[in-house]
Amino acid sequence: MPITNNEIAALEERASKIRKNIIDITSWAGGAHIGGALSMVEMITTLYFKYANIDPANPDMPDRDRIVVSKGHSGVGYAAVLAEKGYFDFELLKDFNKFKSPFGMHLDSLKVRGVDVSTGSLGHGLPMAVGLALGARVQKKNWKTYCILGDGECNEGSIWEAAMAASHFKVTNLVTFVDRNRFMIDGKTEEIMSIEPFADKWKAFGFEVRDINGHNFVELATALDEALTADEKPTVIIANTTKGKGVDFMENDVRWHYGGLNSDLVIKAKASVERMFQRN
Amino acid sequence: MSEGLTWTLYDANTMTQAQIYGEVLCKMGQTRPDIVALTADMAKSTKIGRFGEKFPERFFNVGIAEQNLFGVAAGMAKSGLTPFISTMAVFTSMRACEQVRTDICYQNLDCKIIATHGGVSFGQAGSTHHCTEDLAIMRSFANMTIIVPADGIETANAVRAAFDWPGPIYIRIGRGFEPPFYETEDYGFTIGKAVEVNSGTDITLICCGATVLQAAEAANYLRQNDGLSVRVINLHTIKPIDTKTILQAVMDTRRIITFEEHNIQGGLGSAVADVIAASGKGCAFEKVGIPDCYCEVGYPEDLQSYYKLDTDGIIGKVRQVMDRDFEEDDDWEDEV
Ligand SMILES: Cc1ncc(C[n+]2csc(CCOP(=O)(O)OP(=O)(O)O)c2C)c(N)n1
Repeated sequence: MPITNNEIAALEERASKIRKNIIDITSWAGGAHIGGALSMVEMITTLYFKYANIDPANPDMPDRDRIVVSKGHSGVGYAAVLAEKGYFDFELLKDFNKFKSPFGMHLDSLKVRGVDVSTGSLGHGLPMAVGLALGARVQKKNWKTYCILGDGECNEGSIWEAAMAASHFKVTNLVTFVDRNRFMIDGKTEEIMSIEPFADKWKAFGFEVRDINGHNFVELATALDEALTADEKPTVIIANTTKGKGVDFMENDVRWHYGGLNSDLVIKAKASVERMFQRN
Repeated sequence: MSEGLTWTLYDANTMTQAQIYGEVLCKMGQTRPDIVALTADMAKSTKIGRFGEKFPERFFNVGIAEQNLFGVAAGMAKSGLTPFISTMAVFTSMRACEQVRTDICYQNLDCKIIATHGGVSFGQAGSTHHCTEDLAIMRSFANMTIIVPADGIETANAVRAAFDWPGPIYIRIGRGFEPPFYETEDYGFTIGKAVEVNSGTDITLICCGATVLQAAEAANYLRQNDGLSVRVINLHTIKPIDTKTILQAVMDTRRIITFEEHNIQGGLGSAVADVIAASGKGCAFEKVGIPDCYCEVGYPEDLQSYYKLDTDGIIGKVRQVMDRDFEEDDDWEDEV
């Protein structure tokens, strides 16, 4: 499914809109995990707007592709994408985090249309994604499973237990992304708990590894095309990204892992996103 | 208990529960070289990072890896150190459940756990971050001591007492935005000994954590408006439980309600019920908490109000139980 220039332009525009929506939701919510939501925008936009076989009018379609946002704290980004795709009205997100809202900061699969799996406790998503992928195989279904991990999340042992199982069972109908933004809560991944040599770890666990620029739609599409035709090994796409991408005062600033935005900051943040869009 | 640290109301008002324990731990670290502190990418959120700033060589952030966190702490305790370990209550009691049970409690190790974001104190985050099961889980581990401090000052007392208390201990606090209840720290905190914060003869409210303040305010209101004499007990230690204080309340008031930010199955209320049932004494009894469900999303104060754990909710519950004629069934001999 090679990507055309028109598609790229449309995705760029979509990503920019989603970033602005993330900014709005964060301000409505009184605070959200905005840094890691902004870093994963291109990969999740590529999935929802080019690759995934899904239908927002029919969210339970049996043969739909499954998408697991294992770094569930990025719910503010996930919700923005689902709304943009048409699963629900964006205005509903004014209730994000509020009393009795279906939208807590970690999305609940029983309450939010389009969410396949509830996440938020790190290290749970990849095991469930392996299960979904094996479920397709056992039931002779063609759906694909996609999973998005945080790089800090890869400290969890359960990620590597799932990785071991994915390669042991040759789960090639699963594509795993790591949002390699190089930050977690307490600081830089390499300072808090180093995970390098990261690509080698995945290789040693039996994965095909693609190391790409996670903000570049061409690289994302190429990596996905390759991953989707793999028949020997599962693929991990290490998407090198910038935490807080698009909002200049948040980029690579660990304090923006979680934060709130007043109306001044909302304006500044959106202006920065717009500048990024114009540059591209 | 002799650090000479005194927390003025001003301190407690400006510092969160977690900040206060961070300070206490730093202070203790100066005289106690065997203290080490550990966390899992929660140095800032839990405030145990304060210890790390002061004693970097005795501080270990293991990354986002809670099972490893408690395993490593157990090893350090075996080597002769006294680990203080802090991460969210939900990941302590559930992700690392077996490490806490088998590595720490089974081996009866001196590990002091400070579990943060307990109850619905991180209500907006949803059920993955609510922790309304931990007291039930921890109660079932032999050797474990469980403390749920009412506020920052009591947290300071508990953390200090934990050092001299043998064996594993689980101190469960909130996210840190809870208003203070105590004004000074010298109200007589002892592990295992409940504190009567309001005397009364009509009914007893047994509480822990953030509900203590709410119950005390409710008692005040009920005295003024309903002429009720409401006893309020801060049962800060859930295990070992203060049987004597509970049974005294049964004898004196014959009506008991428990309030906790926890599932009504297995927590403070169940612990109190066990004591009452075993005594053979009868009384009107009700448990108030999270009614065996995954909680709604919302800010803690909204959820506390929704689940009847705030002052208004407590007042309503007291009136209900006072209205209940628990002797109406003639078939029962309720002589105690
Ligand atoms: C099991 C578990 N431990 C701790 C947390 C608290 N927590 C939320 S986000 C986060 C850091 C995540 O870092 P990373 O995976 O790199 O995500 P990103 O930087 O992309 O936001 C932590 C420790 C959690 N949600 N789950």
